[in-house]
Amino acid sequence: MTTTAEKASAPTWRRRQRIAAYLFVAPFFVFFVLMLLVPLFYAGYLSFFREQLIGGNAFVGLDNYVRALQDERFLRGVLRVTLFLLVQVPVMLGLALLFALVLDSGRLRFASLVRLGIFLPYAIPGVIAALMWGYLYGQDFGPFAQAGRALGLPVPEFLSSGWMLASIGNIVTWSFVGYNMIIMYAALRAIPAEIYEAARMDGAGEFRLAWSIKIPSIRPSLLLTLIFSVIGSFQLFTEPQLLKSISPVVVTGEYTPNLYAFTLAFSRSELNYAAAVSFLLGILIMIVSYVVQLSTQRRERQR
Amino acid sequence: MHAFHRRPAAALGAGAVALALMLTGCSGDSGDDSPAAAAPVSQEEIDKAMATPTTLTFWEANKLQPEIDLFQAKYPAIKVNLVDAGSGPDYYTKLRSAIKAGEGAPDVAQIEYHHMPSFILEDSLADLTPYGAAASKDLFAPFAWSQVATDNGIYGIPQDTGPLGLLYRTDIFDKAKVTPPATWADFAAAAAAVHQADAGQYITNISPSNASATLGLFWQAGARPFSYDGKETVSVKLNSPEMKQVAQYWQDLVTKDLVSTDPDFTDQWFQGLANGKYASWTSAAWGPVFLQGTAADTAGKWRAAELPQWTAGVKASGNVGGSANAVLKSSKNPIAAAKFAEFLNGDHASAVKLGTDVPLFPAAVSALSDPALTGNKNEFFGGQEVTKLFTEISPTVGTDFQWLPFMDPVFESYNQTFGKALTEKGSLTGALDAWQDEVVAYAKSQGFTVS
Repeated sequence: MTTTAEKASAPTWRRRQRIAAYLFVAPFFVFFVLMLLVPLFYAGYLSFFREQLIGGNAFVGLDNYVRALQDERFLRGVLRVTLFLLVQVPVMLGLALLFALVLDSGRLRFASLVRLGIFLPYAIPGVIAALMWGYLYGQDFGPFAQAGRALGLPVPEFLSSGWMLASIGNIVTWSFVGYNMIIMYAALRAIPAEIYEAARMDGAGEFRLAWSIKIPSIRPSLLLTLIFSVIGSFQLFTEPQLLKSISPVVVTGEYTPNLYAFTLAFSRSELNYAAAVSFLLGILIMIVSYVVQLSTQRRERQR
Repeated sequence: MHAFHRRPAAALGAGAVALALMLTGCSGDSGDDSPAAAAPVSQEEIDKAMATPTTLTFWEANKLQPEIDLFQAKYPAIKVNLVDAGSGPDYYTKLRSAIKAGEGAPDVAQIEYHHMPSFILEDSLADLTPYGAAASKDLFAPFAWSQVATDNGIYGIPQDTGPLGLLYRTDIFDKAKVTPPATWADFAAAAAAVHQADAGQYITNISPSNASATLGLFWQAGARPFSYDGKETVSVKLNSPEMKQVAQYWQDLVTKDLVSTDPDFTDQWFQGLANGKYASWTSAAWGPVFLQGTAADTAGKWRAAELPQWTAGVKASGNVGGSANAVLKSSKNPIAAAKFAEFLNGDHASAVKLGTDVPLFPAAVSALSDPALTGNKNEFFGGQEVTKLFTEISPTVGTDFQWLPFMDPVFESYNQTFGKALTEKGSLTGALDAWQDEVVAYAKSQGFTVS
């Protein structure tokens, strides 16, 4: 806060500061406009046209969007990632919360080592993770299959059509559980210790503490991880794209909406339609994220 | 990643192209009718061009420096920069982007035969007729030439080919008491014997994810599923009687679980080749050397033979893979570029090197009769002269096989139709119908007339 006296005495200094501030954010905004906004608007522009190998380019208005909304391949992909979201996100966030609470309780020896261990998969690039799991899932040479054969136990065919979504869910969970755990753990560390002391005086145990104090206190972080995970599920691309090379018949070019947009653009030369599909997916993500946020906020107010 | 022509590329391109269009603000013109043939270039002009200091850029995934050195020894004025721009989908994205952007494209590029029509349609390749390319026609295997020359012009010089043969494991065949099958009927009987002798082994694998390899088998049987008039008309006959006959044959083996259906060029498939899960591989001529790198421990156990035949005594084969070297329309030095492509692939010494230094099966006929190639006794194949066998197979490949000017969606669609039916032991003939429908729908959506 500045007083009016200061303002009068040093207007040039104020202005200079303001200019400096804009200069500091300028690099970000230049890249933001060039690398995000311009391509975004260009993709939006493209989605209203249709270019063919024979017959050239024509303006078609909303045709591409109408086509996408009736496109079974696109809708099946959306349904698939929705199913993925409903199962994988609760499992992943539940595990992350459990680990964060256990770490925070201070009952672990080598806590920092455990924390690092759980976080480490996040440091492994998604591409490497998918390739590694692809090998682990292998039916002929994968360790699970070999162990199963040695013990005479049936091992599921991880890369078959029935198991594929669960297998991808496992990879994503393994990769991101540590990341979400760190966010929650950091929030837990920020809770003042006096609250715990007061609760313990009232005779609350560890579980009661976790349920009644810790989880409600870190609600904003939980919401943040939830929104990120929802967006991530709809954007599912890397893992299926890599498993596609191992299991090309199960993971087709339309397995997830993002993969479908990619296939349309780069393999089927239907760039305009791919732009429309991408835009629809973006709109869908915005709606879902907003609904998630709204529903949790309403609960906040009701409390 | 192994060489370039070994997998059908699930290409990219359109996106990059559009991006390039956006950057350059030009509009893609899609292959207008054949331009008036340029006037032939005189020998004087050629000599002058070959003596003028020039630098050519050459995109090629194989290490062809020794062959380039031969060229530069003959034409010291011309310097060739060999660039390995990668292979598969990414490579074509790069190439198409550079073409559309109007800068950064090479003078000469390696292009797989099945992608030639799409580049011709986009009007990206120079017609080599004015530079006397027609004189090279007889230097190359006829079917390879048919992949680069259309009624409108000659758009590339063939580099290598992939005539199909059968590589098989003698130890597994002996154990099952079968000999290399002369006909497909014998092959089916042998399939039963191999699987009976060891339930973990199959006579061969048919890939649900490699349309190019499977199409080679249809090619051998005389099926010609595609044709393209170079303008706006395509014909798609993926469910023709010839196609269905072949599908019916494999249906029987797949249903009885006598052949495996693993995706190829995956870890699982490499393991299968190395550990005897597959007793044979219907392989192109570049396969023998590739196999040595993949299944080194099985040295000496393999032999090569001709593919089984549909009609006893009638020799026929198909082709999988192979590339041409094309001169880009944007090249500032088309004469030198055209002569370079001709020399690299057509000159006897250079073509022989293609077969000895890098494991390519040259398209040049003269190289295929050179003892340096044919006399090579391959230890991995128990001292068999494998290259010689493939040189005998090469002339039996049907010459009139054409591709559509958009093979990527066709290959993609294969995985979802025929490939899916292979994996799920569904109806293969029904899958051919579905594949046909998808490809026809795509062709129509892109504005082609489907005859």
